[in-house]
Amino acid sequence: MAAKANPANGLFEFLLQMGDNCLILAHRNSQWCGHAPALEEDIAISNISLDLIGQTQLWLGLAGEVEGKGRVADDLAYLRDAFDFRNLLLLERPNEDFGLTLMRQFLFDAWHLPMLKGLMTSTDKRIAEIAEKSVKEVAYHLERSSELIIRLGDGSTESHRRMQTSLDELWSYTGEMLDFDDLDAALIAEGVLPQSELIARAWKEHVTDALKLATLTTPDSDFVRRGGKNGIHSEHLGFVLAEMQFLQRAYPGAVW
Amino acid sequence: MSSVNTSPYPDVDGNDDPVKRKPELPLWEIFIRGQHGMSHRHVGSLHAADADMAINNARDVYTRRNEGVSIWAVKSTQIAASSPLDKEQLFDPASSKVYRHPTFFDIPEEVGHM
Repeated sequence: MAAKANPANGLFEFLLQMGDNCLILAHRNSQWCGHAPALEEDIAISNISLDLIGQTQLWLGLAGEVEGKGRVADDLAYLRDAFDFRNLLLLERPNEDFGLTLMRQFLFDAWHLPMLKGLMTSTDKRIAEIAEKSVKEVAYHLERSSELIIRLGDGSTESHRRMQTSLDELWSYTGEMLDFDDLDAALIAEGVLPQSELIARAWKEHVTDALKLATLTTPDSDFVRRGGKNGIHSEHLGFVLAEMQFLQRAYPGAVW
Repeated sequence: MSSVNTSPYPDVDGNDDPVKRKPELPLWEIFIRGQHGMSHRHVGSLHAADADMAINNARDVYTRRNEGVSIWAVKSTQIAASSPLDKEQLFDPASSKVYRHPTFFDIPEEVGHM
């Protein structure tokens, strides 16, 4: 059912965005399991993956319920093709090195936390509950990724260079998360979602402060790459899905 | 690239002075106070850039399964340790003095486990 984002899908569209963001970032981070540059980082990033997969189950579970066609979280995760995914382009970027992985995590966490805080007061109780469950984990993710980019940015010449390069490479992918242009405006009017401006302001404040402490230069380009929320993805998502979905595709219905 | 200011963490790896530079991040000893414990117990060690990161890493490495309510991190170099060579003079004289152990008292049942 290849379909572009459609505001008429209402809540379903938004729940896919939340779930797919968590799922794709979790998969990218899980690719470091056993390969991270230090034991401590390996454990930490795998833990973050597990947190995000747990959140994916909640968001996609509710998405299936709202859709009302009998699809459960696993169906949505494993049996959709790239054009039905609604994750941000930022999150499907290849891991490259650990610096880029951490910068990607930081830029997303700084949006994820204020977003969940806004959703905690959603008029839809089911959404408020998921936000409440996720917010403690994400507060920790943001603390950790902020501390790391500050230390690496303000670290050695080499770590500073890598963090600045990562920031420059990812910057044009950050604008996509700051507005709700693909969603039904009624969701905001009815208080199901917070105002996107509030989230964008919180993101900018946190990112600006942390980058300053990290002695990194914020790129001054306003160019924004868009598409993820509309199902128009980079080629990288196909490879992510091929790896992630292989087992369910080759052996449909396989269980532990 | 912007200029790199001097790190506020002077004794931390990342200093570009080749003489001072160490191949690894500093080592920290981690102590956790468990749910029912009164004291912090040594659980192991890990590498971290500074104290805040040591606490964060300890959270990930040692307390993911609800093991603790409090974490202490101490730089391994800050711990004074007895030498294994001094073992005999430090500990052997105690082994023949059983009267130093409170094993000659009957503990009333009401007291329970001591």
